[in-house]
Amino acid sequence: MGIDLPLIWVVIIAFGLMMYVIMDGFDLGIGILSPFVHDREDRDLMVNTVAPVWDGNETWLVLGGAALYGAFPLAYSLLLSALYLPLILMLAGLICRGVAFEFRFKADAAHRPFWDKMFAVSSYGATFFQGVSLGAFIDGFHVSGPSYLGGAFDWLSPFSVFTGLGLIVAYALLGATWLTMKTAGDLQARMIACARWVTLALLAVIAIVSLWTPLSHPAIAARWFSLPNLYYFAPVPVLILAVGALMLRLLRGTPNAGPFLLTLVLLFLGYSGLAISLWPNIIPPGVSFRAAASPPESMGFALVGTLFIIPVILTYTAWAYHVFRGKVTSNEGYH
Amino acid sequence: MHALDPLTLARIQFGFTVSFHILFPAITIGLASYLAVLEGLWLWRGNTVFKDLYHFWSKLFAVNFAMGVVSGLVMSYEFGTNWSYFSSYAGGVTGPLLTYEVLTAFFLEAGFLGVMLFGWDKVGRGLHFFSTVMVAIGTLISATWILASNSWMQTPQGYRIADGRIVPADWLQIIFNPSFPYRLAHMGIAAFLATALFVGAVAAWHLLRGRDDARIRTMMSMAMWMVLVVAPIQILVGDLHGRNTLEYQPAKVAAIEGHWENPPGESVPLILFGIPDMKSETTRYAIEIPHVGSVILTHSWSGTIPGLKDFKPEDRPNATVIFWTFRVMVGLGMLMLLLGVVALVLRWAGRLYSNRLFLRACLVMGPSGLVALLAGWLTTEIGRQPWVVYGVMRTADAVSAHSAMTLSLSLLIFVVLYCTVFGTGIGYLLKLAAHGPDEHTVTPVGDELDKRPARPLSAATESLN
Repeated sequence: MGIDLPLIWVVIIAFGLMMYVIMDGFDLGIGILSPFVHDREDRDLMVNTVAPVWDGNETWLVLGGAALYGAFPLAYSLLLSALYLPLILMLAGLICRGVAFEFRFKADAAHRPFWDKMFAVSSYGATFFQGVSLGAFIDGFHVSGPSYLGGAFDWLSPFSVFTGLGLIVAYALLGATWLTMKTAGDLQARMIACARWVTLALLAVIAIVSLWTPLSHPAIAARWFSLPNLYYFAPVPVLILAVGALMLRLLRGTPNAGPFLLTLVLLFLGYSGLAISLWPNIIPPGVSFRAAASPPESMGFALVGTLFIIPVILTYTAWAYHVFRGKVTSNEGYH
Repeated sequence: MHALDPLTLARIQFGFTVSFHILFPAITIGLASYLAVLEGLWLWRGNTVFKDLYHFWSKLFAVNFAMGVVSGLVMSYEFGTNWSYFSSYAGGVTGPLLTYEVLTAFFLEAGFLGVMLFGWDKVGRGLHFFSTVMVAIGTLISATWILASNSWMQTPQGYRIADGRIVPADWLQIIFNPSFPYRLAHMGIAAFLATALFVGAVAAWHLLRGRDDARIRTMMSMAMWMVLVVAPIQILVGDLHGRNTLEYQPAKVAAIEGHWENPPGESVPLILFGIPDMKSETTRYAIEIPHVGSVILTHSWSGTIPGLKDFKPEDRPNATVIFWTFRVMVGLGMLMLLLGVVALVLRWAGRLYSNRLFLRACLVMGPSGLVALLAGWLTTEIGRQPWVVYGVMRTADAVSAHSAMTLSLSLLIFVVLYCTVFGTGIGYLLKLAAHGPDEHTVTPVGDELDKRPARPLSAATESLN
């Protein structure tokens, strides 16, 4: 076979995960911001901006899980065993959020506050446990062959709790800048003000994670600070600072899509930093994606359908966003 | 009873989550085809009754579909979280099959579901009908992938073992394994039958409450024709499936029948009822009919089948459980056949829509299709034990190394979550069913609809409380 199947698959899965973080990030962000918006009409408006697309956003997570199982069964079984509790809590959060989302539209005024609370709490929960899983992933896992040798709570560390809180900040910024783009008037003004603070908070989070990671992970430190890696790596923090500065400048006026796009760039930079730090490991600290790959007969078979369907899903997604483009004004979308 | 060791807990958790899950796809598969038939009839005959029924059932379809997706989300992670050794050992075969199942489901959602649920007045009639048909076909294809995977676990072939894991050798052999055609047919028909009984029960409920119009009558009539035609076919397919199981998994059949030893040359009785006791290796309180076991299983007067004692104790499935789950399934199947025949008689007598005793029976039989379906799955899955991949990998070697504490905690989370979420969902579904079909449904048109958020669940507009 002249085709590097494991490489193709690792790119597909990394792409799927990135899509998930971007897209589900802003609708989780809306749940994160919702407790701070007391006016019911404003809250309805916020939810309506993502109503048409939120469940499509979540498909990437299911797709990621199924693709990981199809192409890297060893990574699928080890990662999911090691992150058992945080992933179950994350799934529980996502399920509750989906249900709250649908039923707040169908509930009467008396029950609506209940579904609103459930929507907010489950958004926080799902985001926090995603972030915890990310931190635990950077920490690495105690594995040997096909066996996870760690304990049930190995994922819980000060670092992973911090990344959990950090992700809440990141998604809050995605949510605030998304709403800056999708709303107008008073609500938009409040979101711009909110985005300013959250941008500063996120820059602080990125700074702390960037210091904490090499200090507590010698292997990653060695990778960062050895030559010539340092030259490749140096642009990342410089770009993050530049993007942050540009964002704060935009947020002084009445921007539209700019801050949201800049937030995406910020996340993408963070994501690439993560990839540079951990490549080629699919189970840090020591199992590379090649070692975890399915037999070529499995990867090739699964690839045929995937390459056929991903463009369809992307086209459909683009079309859905195109149909629902522009500002959302009140009194629509009630049903 | 086992103590609740991690293996038992993991099996309970899988049984619980997958049982909840399967209910929704089963009704989704059945309703998707029913909707395609309704729309076809509407286009062909132009009778608005069919259009009204289409709009009514598409709401229930949407809620069902959404619950299927949510419960499926958990399933797609559970193989890794709870059965990590199974996933890493057999993932080369089962992984890609699950990938295809998910891809098919999303392809469907991305391509046609939106048009089907929200495009009634936006696209041409032909395109809309095409979308409905594609959704119906898509649900069946999605089921095909997952049944291919399950059938391969029951009757594995087309693989080799290299580097301490299963490697696919021939995908055609893997997919078209010996039990696959029977299982696919049996499950597909089960979905149709369960849906027909559900539709019949909804119609009966409205008739009993005095709502008797053309729409309700059409629902009732179509459901009862379906039961009459499909129930006997299902019994026939079930018989063929059982004979295939006898060939490839004789221990499962011995356990289902509660047979411990069958001396060669003697005919086999049918044990109607009894309590198979795994410890004493006997079936107590057995009520037997001589020769009938031979007739059913070997289609001859005195053929024989292996008994449980022909297998090592550690290779025997739990007969105490599957003896009874199997009889629940078969017993309900017979009742369905009876219901179909009685409906035919009443139809001739002109009493189909007015015989209250019959209508009550329809109402009681409403969930029977789903109960039988679950009983059947319990039979085949518990009957596969102690293997997860039959003859290749034991279930005890497949389970992740979590503590009983961890698994109990996650089970508790799932039980609370599922009962709340799906309890609310099923309650809403029944509320929609109780509302019944509207006359001459009008769908909103114009810009209003173009800007409306449209997700599967938005198709149902009734309030929750």
